[in-house]
Amino acid sequence: MKETQNKLLSKSKATREDYLGRSICYFCIGLIIALVVCILYFITTRGIATFTQNHVSVWGFLTGQNWNPGGVDSHGKPEVGALPMIVTSFSVTVLAALVATPFALGMAIFMSEIAGSKGTKFLQPVIELLVGIPSVVYGFIGLSVVVPIIRKVFGGTGFGILAGTIVLFVMVLPTITSLSVDSLKAVPMSYRQASLALGANRWQTIYKVILRTAAPGLLTAVIFGMARAFGEALAVQMVIGNAVLMPHGLVSPASTLTSKLTTEVGNTVMGTLPNNALWSLALILLLMSLFFNLVVRFIARKGSIKK
Amino acid sequence: MKKRNLISTLVMLGAVGTVLAGCGSNNASSNGSSDASDHSGKITAVGSTALQPLVEKAAGNFQKDNKKIDITVQGGGSGQGLSQVQDGAVAIGNSDIFAESKDGVDAKKLVDHKVAVVGMAPVVNKDAGVDNVSMSQLKDIFTGKITNWKELGGKDEKITVVNRAQGSGTRATFEDAVLKGATAVKSQEQDSNGTVQKIVSSTPGAISYLAFSYLNDQVKPLSIDKVKPTDANVETNKWKIWSYEHMYTNGKAKNATADFIKYMDSESVQKDLVKKMGYISIHNMKVEKDSKGAVTDK
Amino acid sequence: MNPKRVNNIATGVIFALVGIVVAILLFLIGYILFNGVPNISWKFLTTSAQAFSSGGGIRDQLFNSLYLLVLTLILSFPIALGAGIYLAEYAPDNWVTNLIRTTIEVLSSLPSVVVGLFGYLFLVIQLQLSFSILSGAIALTFFNLPLLTRSIEESLNSVSSLQKEAGKSLGLSDWKTITKILLPVALPGILTGVILSAGRVFGEAAALIYTAGQSAPAVNYGNWNFLDPTSFLNPMRPAETLAVHIWKVNTESVTPDAHLISSASSAVLIIVILIFNLGARYLGNHLYKKMTATK
Repeated sequence: MKETQNKLLSKSKATREDYLGRSICYFCIGLIIALVVCILYFITTRGIATFTQNHVSVWGFLTGQNWNPGGVDSHGKPEVGALPMIVTSFSVTVLAALVATPFALGMAIFMSEIAGSKGTKFLQPVIELLVGIPSVVYGFIGLSVVVPIIRKVFGGTGFGILAGTIVLFVMVLPTITSLSVDSLKAVPMSYRQASLALGANRWQTIYKVILRTAAPGLLTAVIFGMARAFGEALAVQMVIGNAVLMPHGLVSPASTLTSKLTTEVGNTVMGTLPNNALWSLALILLLMSLFFNLVVRFIARKGSIKK
Repeated sequence: MKKRNLISTLVMLGAVGTVLAGCGSNNASSNGSSDASDHSGKITAVGSTALQPLVEKAAGNFQKDNKKIDITVQGGGSGQGLSQVQDGAVAIGNSDIFAESKDGVDAKKLVDHKVAVVGMAPVVNKDAGVDNVSMSQLKDIFTGKITNWKELGGKDEKITVVNRAQGSGTRATFEDAVLKGATAVKSQEQDSNGTVQKIVSSTPGAISYLAFSYLNDQVKPLSIDKVKPTDANVETNKWKIWSYEHMYTNGKAKNATADFIKYMDSESVQKDLVKKMGYISIHNMKVEKDSKGAVTDK
Repeated sequence: MNPKRVNNIATGVIFALVGIVVAILLFLIGYILFNGVPNISWKFLTTSAQAFSSGGGIRDQLFNSLYLLVLTLILSFPIALGAGIYLAEYAPDNWVTNLIRTTIEVLSSLPSVVVGLFGYLFLVIQLQLSFSILSGAIALTFFNLPLLTRSIEESLNSVSSLQKEAGKSLGLSDWKTITKILLPVALPGILTGVILSAGRVFGEAAALIYTAGQSAPAVNYGNWNFLDPTSFLNPMRPAETLAVHIWKVNTESVTPDAHLISSASSAVLIIVILIFNLGARYLGNHLYKKMTATK
């Protein structure tokens, strides 16, 4: 009797396993959160040093157009104006995402809804292959193929936002595509069957049911793509021209936040203004991607079908 | 159910806390660590990417004869090299630039070891149609006063200035010798010799400057005031645009580090490796430059 | 316009888009292989790199890339798996979860150079791991986590809820349902995530320059003691990977054949990724069939 009672009241092996597994999962997510907080803390403390230690005004940093942290302007204040880089980073990222999204969506729809398993079997490895090409290689192909073409067609030097957009478009394409495929595939089969049973044709099903259901996932795919475009440094740096000028056209040399960061960080000394200013650029990068993230999340919430 | 959630949440918080605590405390003591690595026969040299291949190769040869000494050579840039050697995180900081001319570096704490001399030449795209300029013309090009090759007797082609990254040793050397305090025109910037070479060779009307070792038949080096960019002209200071490659130590070099730096100055490195890298041996120089740019006979 | 017409037009547009993308992809891969493959030789793959004379190979860099990949996956996969399971199965649908998702996405949007510098200051200098494969692997784990976590979560979500219900109705615990039913079914999706992140590891340069370093000291491939500094398995030695080598050769190298080395290395990189890709896929299908009893 006692034994049976014990057996019934004590936790079974499965329950204990369940606890353990659950704890491990919580631990993992906790670890990731800690990591993010740690990096954020680190970048923030370094990034705000420009404003707290070197007394540069935040407004001046965000709206100034001259970047020369080593020198001072006529008023004896350091010249750290990041506006041209902010504008360029923003335009390159948005343009690349705008161009890449229709292509990536087309690919994703093709792979998950139209092509049989044969087409997917061929396309998937090709796309995964592209993710692995080092950004330096993209940069050099951009420099030796894209830039000369732009120079021939539009004149100028060929370096600039357009070249950056084209290179980034190719670089983010695989990321957006493969993540979009995942989220299209996550739409339950029953939705498709229901739609088709109601008499909708393939496009109607895709457009009215599948895309709507997958919208949050697709948007996340685009965010990840934009994130890659945002953070990309080595390839963009080779084709954008690296001139800290307000971009006044798609084919004039410009400079992104990341390209500035990579070209100069090795030459600065920790704790000095030029170094702090670069960390402030990193901080802006972070805040901008955070902002993007929130906007897209907001749109996703409005547009998605309630499950 | 409630209890289970509580435990899980605690585990999660625990993970967050542990990492944060480690992270926070480490950030707080960020400048204090000092690693006396030279006693164990382990040397780390960090800094200038231009100097890295030379030191790396020399380190390889050095280790063949000194099996107990383990040398690691890394790039990262002159600024990183100087700040790390100053903090004592590495034994040697490689730099293209005098420590005195970098803000935030206490040059008095550091001991300079000059290991090579690098000459730099202005280079243009082949179709510019110009092969000699005067020093003041060169200055006008880089400050944006001359904008077309036509003005220098070349082709009717717009000049595209490609500068080097702000704060880089190459740019500092060039600006000291050519611009003499004037501000360069806002233009494209690149941070590596390889990329500059590629851009100048493919962009019509482009001008930039490169270390001698990167001059090849893809780009055209310019003479300045009829002086050709050659090693011999640098050695006598007839060619003005040159700088030292430095290896800095924090205080006087000790033990293994001292041995290695002595080896860098030996004939086998200076006569053979330095030349192969396209640098000029420090032994061949007939003049000396100090950190302010004043040149004196040796 | 009638729906049928729209359907046809839409299909046509999709086919056109796919056609353009495939053309771009094939051009890229063709360009790299065409330029690189003629320069690959057995000698190129089995000799070590030269600092400034021609004829250098990529033996050490190739090995370093592979070893770094293995270490990174060992570090990041378990964490991502746990986090992915949490988000897919345990996370309540509220603002906390949303915040967690946002933080993970932020992690993925960090520029690699920032992560590299963070790794440099934190791992290399603070924790005194020095320039080493281990530092590199930890830095790459930062990148990998969001991508892997997300793809694991998505693949778990895409498993039909019928399977889950079936598991529960058989009286299995949550954990058993997840490990024995959901994970095997989600395996192909998870594998895609792993392959994608592996590609990223192979291709990453900016973060590694500051963590794993840019020099490849000579190592002894016969020394299996992973604590010995000269052993090829020692995780504490600096290691230049293939992508970093390509970067270095392109930017600061004075070797006369830098161009050839770079294009051949790119081609090797693509071929290695292809082999890894196909291998992982084959293994995945095999496991999938074995664990889910599908034919």
